[in-house]
Amino acid sequence: MNQPTLSSETSAGLDALFNPRGVVVVGASTHPGKFGFVSLHNILTAGFAGGVYATNREGSEVLGIQCATSIEDLPADAVIDMAFLCTPAAANPDIVRSCAARGIKAVFIAGGGYGEAGEEGLQRQRELVELADGLGITVVGPNGQGVVSPPAQLCAQIVAPYPPRGGIAVASQSGNFVSTFMNYASVTGVGISRAVSAGNAAMTSVVDLLEWFATDDETKVLLAYMEGIDDGREFFERVSRIAATKPVVVVKGGASAEGQRAAASHTGSLASDDKVFDGMARQAGIVRASSIEEGFDTAALFATQPLPPGPNVAVLTSVGGWGVVTSDALAQTQLTLVDMPTDLVDAIDEKLPPRWSRNNPIDMAGGETRETVPELLDLLANHNSIDAIMYLGLGIQSNQAAMMRGGPYYPDHGLERIVSFHERQDARYAQAGAEVAASTGKPVVFATELAVADPTNAGPAELREQGQLCFDSAGRAVRALDHLRWYAQHHRARGHL
Amino acid sequence: MSTSASPTATTLSEAEAKSLLSGFGVPLLDERQVLTPTEAASAATELGLPVVCKLNGDNIAHKTERGLVRLNLATTDQVSAAAEELLAAATPADGDVSVLVAPMVSGIRELIAGVATDPQFGPTVMLGVGGVLAEAIADVVFRLIPLNEVDATDMIDDLTSQSLLGAFRGEPEVDRKALAQVLLALSATVEARPDVTSVDLNPLIVVDGKPIAVDALVELAAAERNEVAS
Repeated sequence: MNQPTLSSETSAGLDALFNPRGVVVVGASTHPGKFGFVSLHNILTAGFAGGVYATNREGSEVLGIQCATSIEDLPADAVIDMAFLCTPAAANPDIVRSCAARGIKAVFIAGGGYGEAGEEGLQRQRELVELADGLGITVVGPNGQGVVSPPAQLCAQIVAPYPPRGGIAVASQSGNFVSTFMNYASVTGVGISRAVSAGNAAMTSVVDLLEWFATDDETKVLLAYMEGIDDGREFFERVSRIAATKPVVVVKGGASAEGQRAAASHTGSLASDDKVFDGMARQAGIVRASSIEEGFDTAALFATQPLPPGPNVAVLTSVGGWGVVTSDALAQTQLTLVDMPTDLVDAIDEKLPPRWSRNNPIDMAGGETRETVPELLDLLANHNSIDAIMYLGLGIQSNQAAMMRGGPYYPDHGLERIVSFHERQDARYAQAGAEVAASTGKPVVFATELAVADPTNAGPAELREQGQLCFDSAGRAVRALDHLRWYAQHHRARGHL
Repeated sequence: MSTSASPTATTLSEAEAKSLLSGFGVPLLDERQVLTPTEAASAATELGLPVVCKLNGDNIAHKTERGLVRLNLATTDQVSAAAEELLAAATPADGDVSVLVAPMVSGIRELIAGVATDPQFGPTVMLGVGGVLAEAIADVVFRLIPLNEVDATDMIDDLTSQSLLGAFRGEPEVDRKALAQVLLALSATVEARPDVTSVDLNPLIVVDGKPIAVDALVELAAAERNEVAS
């Protein structure tokens, strides 16, 4: 590894941003529609463990917090590492000076009036950066939604949600996509380690944030949304080094001429030929996802599954049609639907009645009994011709169980017993998948529309309970798994893994 | 190529371009630069017929459009006649001119390779499917310079039209190592000569599985061109 390029000041600033001992909301408001209220509300609601302070000019009380009239008037013994600014741009230089004087290391600026607001705003932004540089304080934003750090129980942002804790770190040039990724985290149960909206990225760029994430023990995978890059060469070099240590998934807006025009007015980004960005990403070893949902899917799979040792996939299914379309989806990628070796066919013959498909996909054709699925998962994952397993059809029996449970005949006619059996079985399959992945180091990926059709279904619910992703379609699972295959292959070829 | 000539760029003649690129390992035809129809005919005899004749000069970029390329010349008479016509077609604006005589090669498959300078990422190597349908197919991949061998191999793998690189209509599969060497040679050219802002190897014809650049266009950044010259 080359030397990291984050300065020690930025590094300390980001430590303070994501793990502050205390925070202050500057410009706290009594109006529940204002940034200065919402951010304080969210910090308190998420249960931040450190000290929470607030200031406003009136010195009023907001959500039970007695505001000081200035940073200087905050209690002298208050330990504060991070300030969240909801103040007008013109007031910020003095506030930043006061923060630095108090030893605050990181300032998040939610408000606008900077680079996004014409030449005057751009000048103000340049002066702000110069000031912060001189003071040795790290500014994130301005014009950003906030920062979320579940390990610190910190939700300092002007929007919802507060996602579950997990291994995905998010940095985004668009604040809304931070929310989008966190909403996906909430619904799938695959959690977030850190999330931050870079806003105008005046002083702290997306790649600065990625570099900090790369050194963060809470973070397993980096997920970024970006529209433009100031210095493409520098980005390439830094992100190449980061990707050699942790997976980086990037969604790049502005892939089309139309998108580039929109990006230019959104963040003022200079457009490159999209195919050059694509090649740069391949060369740097970062995964480029083609959509927001594919970006989250892929990051979530990186966060929760081992990297496949190779491209060979076995598809285990109780639903023949899904097996067929999944084969089609695999054919669109460099994943391989491996031909079943005869020793494996023989071994499966021991576990299933003769009507099973006798090839890959392994369609059990309804021949499974109590132990079959866990045993087959174990058998497949332990065979050296197979690098990854997809299981399709999780939760079908529990779906019937739900109908029985809600129908007029429950619990009589033996329904209570069968409902509970089906639910136990689906939960077991989900557990078996996680156990097999852990013991063999090969991904076991589940996909069923029941993940969204009925999130309470025992199969998806158990996966969510374990922090595992349950894909809502096999096609999405295939695309994400192919990104893992590519990442592993790329970095193994270069000796990084 | 995506980068068009900037007003400050200068273009090398085909012969100069090829001489520069061959030094870094770009595979080129064994061709001769001559000044008269008689020399053209004897060069053709040496190389073996049929041959191609092209007018060569510092300021000649769009040879095909101007009708300055004569293909498939099968006799020495045809060669000397073509050379005479080409030399007569030169205009004062073309500067010093000569005739390039090259063996006539053919292959079903044409690729395109080159160097383009991206406004954000700087110099890149480009590889794509060439030929008359190239623009419509738009199967093009880029990597940033410098490339290493793994990058070059990846780049070839990234082309969508993989079936075009396999054995195809009686022609053997494309020698991927040789193709990777072309990409590495382009990278090496720019590493050694940062004033090279654009290279077009179009077409890069696949002959018996090996890629060969039959035409080459090199653009230099004007300021550094002066520096090199002085």
